[in-house]
Amino acid sequence: MGAEPSPKIVIVDESPIRAAILEEGLREAGFTGVVHISEMQNLLARIYALDPDVILIDLENPSRDILEQMFQVSRAVRRPIAMFVDQSDAASIQASVDAGVSAYIVDGLKKERIKPILDLCISRFNAFSKLQDELERAKSALEDRKVIDRAKGILMKRKGLTEDEAYVLLRSTAMREKKKISEIAQSILTASELLK
Amino acid sequence: MTGPLSIGFIPLVDAAALIVAVDKGFAAEEGLDVTLVREVSWSNVRDKLNIGLFDAAHLLAPVAIASSLGLGHVKVPIVAPFNLGLNGNAITVSPALHAAIMAEIDGARFDPMATAQALSRVVAARRKSGAEPVTFGMTFPFSTHNYQLRFWMAAGGVDPDEDVRLVVLPPPYMVDSLASGQVDAFCVGAPWNSIAVDRGVGQILHFASDILVRAAEKVLAVRQSWSEKNPEVVAALIRSTFRAAEFIELPQNRAEAARILAQPERIGVDADVIQRTLDGRLKISPDGTMRESNRYLLVGREGAGRPDPVQAAWLYAQMVRWGQASISPEALGIAKAVFRPDLYDAALGRGGKAEAPDAIGAFAGPPFDADDIAGHLAAFKIGRRKP
Repeated sequence: MGAEPSPKIVIVDESPIRAAILEEGLREAGFTGVVHISEMQNLLARIYALDPDVILIDLENPSRDILEQMFQVSRAVRRPIAMFVDQSDAASIQASVDAGVSAYIVDGLKKERIKPILDLCISRFNAFSKLQDELERAKSALEDRKVIDRAKGILMKRKGLTEDEAYVLLRSTAMREKKKISEIAQSILTASELLK
Repeated sequence: MTGPLSIGFIPLVDAAALIVAVDKGFAAEEGLDVTLVREVSWSNVRDKLNIGLFDAAHLLAPVAIASSLGLGHVKVPIVAPFNLGLNGNAITVSPALHAAIMAEIDGARFDPMATAQALSRVVAARRKSGAEPVTFGMTFPFSTHNYQLRFWMAAGGVDPDEDVRLVVLPPPYMVDSLASGQVDAFCVGAPWNSIAVDRGVGQILHFASDILVRAAEKVLAVRQSWSEKNPEVVAALIRSTFRAAEFIELPQNRAEAARILAQPERIGVDADVIQRTLDGRLKISPDGTMRESNRYLLVGREGAGRPDPVQAAWLYAQMVRWGQASISPEALGIAKAVFRPDLYDAALGRGGKAEAPDAIGAFAGPPFDADDIAGHLAAFKIGRRKP
């Protein structure tokens, strides 16, 4: 970080988990002045009160347009934004939009100090999406397990099978029909519902 | 015929021609496989179009020009081969501000000069009392809304940068902000004015067509480089949005168009509110007062779909007037070249002649002269021209 003070970074994000992941990453990298704004009312006034050097905002946030007025030189704007990420670097714009985040650099911050912040931000946003995907997958795995358990129960009762035998029957049927076990289990549940 | 296209839009009624073109099958009949992507901010639409995540977009006409000039962000040349709508905005004010303006008005209530002069007296009284300045919400720095508000109030002697506060608000937040008193008024497109009236928190003071008879609002925007590589796709897009615009303009189709637009993944508000907008028949006051205008929103009729470079020049002139752009013949040339009537004419096989006699029709100042912007702007006292 050298002798220069740590730039003040504001994270505008309504997702507290993602903001925490990003904040932690920035702190680990030595950026100590990080503030998270989660409340969108009077956003511009909040930002002015903090007077940041960099503003990071997620792309799902409609309030992003509010920040765009900071490009204007007018009485309402105290310190104009100098640029939106690095205007000369198409690749970093692409990477940040792909990751779902946008960075606004307020006038005065040196170009070489921006890149590590942006890179970190992109990687943390990507990490968050991956985490979310994993969570989704885990959730649907749990759902599958519940469906399979109920189907096993039906087979045990109707056909007088043990739990192991019921599972073997489900698995062999799935293999024969080239389907997932959970799909076979779901059709058993549906059929048993219809035949009630 | 072509690969799949991804087209971004913001949930507003002036995306009608684009949404109907896709959902009614006009685009498919032209051999296009379009996926519409609903976006939450104009910044996102602009950036995703610029970097190629979108092939085309429903875009604020001034953003297409700003992007081509490199104002405020990355410079990416954009072209507009089809104009998705003329007019369609309105100025809605809180009941308190409405009462204050009506108490000061000297003239007819829909006369924008009378309301602007009344506003200037309201603003002066507020300043004298030491109260917070009147605050107006608008959608984007480079928006017709911004320029319509400024043009209107400046004509009545209100300096938009000194006497009042103009702030950007995302359209879905407008109504709540008016209800909570964060803003006293806003200029926005449909359906948000009607929603404010229906909720009893706002009164429509003006249709934007009171201020400008004919104003390019949203365009179908594509990257210039992309349009050069894909001329057939651009032509097919023009034809399908043109057909959709014609479909929407037939009164017997309005109910069906409104139903298509009302879908939750499209605009996602009541079909009834959308149809009122398309019909130009709006409830303007919580007491039920209705106002009709055949100029409220033009989707296709009166040649609305044909991009008009004079409109682009007018928008550029506003950027100059309010200090967003420097004046130069080159920049004017670039701005005008964003609007491409030639592509429109070629795709539809028509002669190539503008259908509107008066391109702008502003309520104040001399008629707009696209060939002498400096001379035209000299007629307006209030402004923030760059030195």
